[in-house]
Amino acid sequence: MSARDEIFANIRRSLGVKGSETIRKQIVQDRLERSPKGVIPARGQVSGEERIALFKTMAEASLATVTEVSSTADVPQSIALFLRDHNLPATLRMGDDPRLKSMPWGDTTLEIAHGPSEGSDLNAVSHAFGGVAETGTLAMISGHENPSTLNFLPDNHIIVVSAKDIASDYESVWGRVRFAFGKGSMPRTVNWITGPSRSGDIEQTLLLGAHGPRRLHVVVVRE
Amino acid sequence: MSDPTSARPGKPRVGLFVTCLVDLMRPSVGFAAVKLLEDAGCIVEVPVQTCCGQPAYNSGDRGTSKDLAMRMIETFQGFDYVVAPSGSCAGTIRKHYPELFEDDPNWRAKADALASRTYELTSFLVDVLGVTQVDASFDGTVTYHDSCSGLRELHVKRQPRKLLASVKGLTLVEMNDSDVCCGFGGTFAVKYSDISGAIVDAKTKNVEAAQAATLLAGDLGCLMNMAGKLSRDGKPITVRHVAEVLAGMTDEPAIGLARDTRNKTSQP
Amino acid sequence: MNVHSTSPQFKQNAARALHDVQLQKALNNVKQGFIDKRQAAADKLPEFEALRDSARDIKNHTLEHLDLYLEAYEEKVKASGGHVHFARNAEEAREIILNICRDSGAKTVTKGKSMISEEIGINHYLEANGIRPVETDLGEYIIQLRNELPSHIIAPAVHLNATQVEQDFRRVHTHLDAKRDLSEPVQLLTEARAVLRERFLAADVGITGANFLVAETGTSIIVTNEGNGDLTQILPKTHIVLASIEKLVPTLDDVSQLLRVLARSATGQEMSVYTTFSTGPRRASDADGPENYHVVLIDNGRSSMLGTSFEEMLRCIRCGACMNHCPVYHAVGGHAYGWVYPGPMGAVLTPSLIGVDKAGHLPNASTFCGRCESVCPVRIPLPKLMRHWREREFERHLTPASVRSGLGLWGFFARRPALYRLATRAAMATLGFAGRQRGRFTWLPFSKGWTKYRDFPAPQGETFQARWQRERKGRTA
Repeated sequence: MSARDEIFANIRRSLGVKGSETIRKQIVQDRLERSPKGVIPARGQVSGEERIALFKTMAEASLATVTEVSSTADVPQSIALFLRDHNLPATLRMGDDPRLKSMPWGDTTLEIAHGPSEGSDLNAVSHAFGGVAETGTLAMISGHENPSTLNFLPDNHIIVVSAKDIASDYESVWGRVRFAFGKGSMPRTVNWITGPSRSGDIEQTLLLGAHGPRRLHVVVVRE
Repeated sequence: MSDPTSARPGKPRVGLFVTCLVDLMRPSVGFAAVKLLEDAGCIVEVPVQTCCGQPAYNSGDRGTSKDLAMRMIETFQGFDYVVAPSGSCAGTIRKHYPELFEDDPNWRAKADALASRTYELTSFLVDVLGVTQVDASFDGTVTYHDSCSGLRELHVKRQPRKLLASVKGLTLVEMNDSDVCCGFGGTFAVKYSDISGAIVDAKTKNVEAAQAATLLAGDLGCLMNMAGKLSRDGKPITVRHVAEVLAGMTDEPAIGLARDTRNKTSQP
Repeated sequence: MNVHSTSPQFKQNAARALHDVQLQKALNNVKQGFIDKRQAAADKLPEFEALRDSARDIKNHTLEHLDLYLEAYEEKVKASGGHVHFARNAEEAREIILNICRDSGAKTVTKGKSMISEEIGINHYLEANGIRPVETDLGEYIIQLRNELPSHIIAPAVHLNATQVEQDFRRVHTHLDAKRDLSEPVQLLTEARAVLRERFLAADVGITGANFLVAETGTSIIVTNEGNGDLTQILPKTHIVLASIEKLVPTLDDVSQLLRVLARSATGQEMSVYTTFSTGPRRASDADGPENYHVVLIDNGRSSMLGTSFEEMLRCIRCGACMNHCPVYHAVGGHAYGWVYPGPMGAVLTPSLIGVDKAGHLPNASTFCGRCESVCPVRIPLPKLMRHWREREFERHLTPASVRSGLGLWGFFARRPALYRLATRAAMATLGFAGRQRGRFTWLPFSKGWTKYRDFPAPQGETFQARWQRERKGRTA
């Protein structure tokens, strides 16, 4: 008997089932199709300004910094300012995200590079798929538009998120992922990011920038 | 002993489960419990009893546990309530007797019936009888240790504090980590004495830091453990069961102190 | 063969730990940090208790239908271009992993933190076969340098202090300036970051565990704060996910429930920094990510726990809250438990995995204080399950003879109330008389364990039942 068959046989013997029971199959099929929601905290169930404010508060509690701009046209300047304020070089790597590409980077002196990171970049910007107000979390989706390496390799990661994409809860983001990719399908990677990289492994002291970015800066675009 | 029919209507008839440790080591706690229950309007009876079986149960000896549980169930049949001056023994009956008879519907029903009528002393006084104050006085500061089973199985935390607040002259100061185990754990204290010794050391350091003259708790096992450690370390903190203070019965020497008064001064 | 265990020497391990001054200091960090943070996080979320119920129910539901969810999961992984391998035990899992590594021509393998990889001892196996495994979680990296097991499931190096880490770094990172300053923890972190960055970029295969597997989408999930797990899985050509079969959950909604209790219970964070959902290998539209995606599903004893009372243990999401709140863990630390999983969850799981004959001490070394159960995010009745192990030991006569005979004697009297009253009356009168002057005993026969650390308070002398009979006879009626 193959390992696979033996494991399934063991599970079924222990559970006292055959595996062919219609009722069990129905229950499982049903749950996978309906994906019932569980307990959703009331905290995130706010809208408009309140939701953006909650997102900001929670993201800052996770030690990210957050700034708001009123239009996509203001993003490059805002990022240039952030880099300057932190004495960081005026370089920036990004993917092919059309939203980022259409921004007026030429208005700044930033030196822009494109494509995934190979580990030597100090700064990168990505566009988020969405945000979650409940915990100040950003949802990133892999692809050439926003390569996953940009989320982890640079020292300073800047994430642009549209205010309209900031949801109350994770479940709402999953709703959008299912709509975009089809129920039961996923992009290669979804990254939820809540604050900059950290470790408490040495004497339980919190230190930022363990392997991933030392800084996480979020630009909320209110359009 | 009174005839069950002689109980006046409205007066709850309580079977006192004195617990082995109180029975053997410190009967004064049992008498304090009787006073508190009678003051609260109960008719208290003490049927001939031994042990709830917890030591066997926790050692994996299900056979002996069941035998003793059946005996307990029979002994305390017919009482309106069963009350114990111990969260751990009351917890055994309330939480674990039903588990013990999981596969035996007949005894399971009896176990459930006993479980639903069984209470830890302070929780019975406050939660069931609605007692808000006791008629007692005690001069000094005390600190209170929350014994684990009472705290986590029966949610005893607020009740003893509420009653202590009504004792004239008494000030309660909370220690750090009052809800952390004292390291007793029944046979654990003997089987893993090194670890138990370390845990009780941490506990009594917290007791000491609270700077109270007296340490109280609702379980004699924990009290003997902590009293034994405090006296071994020469700490002049007296240790009593909370019922003694609530009943105003503190004439008996504290736990681990000399009965022979001629030598009392030699105590640390 | 699982990893070697010193669980049978638990008592000796514990005694050594209790005398280790440095360890005792380090354990204070556990006592002080985790507990308050968890409480604060729980207090901030009014639905926390309801989420615990939800998390428990989701895991129970999944376990009851594990065969079907595994099938659904497997199908989805394949549909997304990944490979699924099944391993009955540690040997099979190690062999599967080695073969994948060899097929990828791997020389260096980076690893995300994974308890199951400790359970199957993959590092030593790869090393013995000429492949270099590099742990990338900072804590795991440190203990790998020291050739130790983790002493905590989420803080593997919690037993060490910064000076020890500094010494290890100086011993191993010999290519760096010997006079460099490493006096601050942040300098240690920076050094590890730089050293490991090179390893990340050079690795041929990345191995991670999985906190959860999602049947709905064929997704594996890792949760980290450092980002090491992500660099482990997106940079090399091949990503291997090693996970035990009970990691399954039905849907993305279900896993969102579990994620809401995981970080809060573990570190007191609202959410860990990186929660990564991976589905299959790199797509045509991807600019990065692994070209090959393998999942190794390992049973290693889990399927036999289903349908028994130990099934509840399979709900465990490895948050570490039970050990963070355990007075025994606080006293002796994780290594004393002698195998991969310490603390209360280890005390229940280890006997299932390596046998109760070897790990028998673990479920016994508990005061049953119940603090672990009171914080478990999936409400595993840990004391009850430890008691079940004690029952099995008792049935199999593994309980020490002294305990058995002591209990037997007690049981004999407790079953015979008349004899009990007679015997206890006499015994207490004797003890009470002997102890009347000092009120306590510093030594008693048969109770060396007790009197080694504390006095034994003397009884008052007369038993309650005797005095009650004497005083109350005829008073009521």
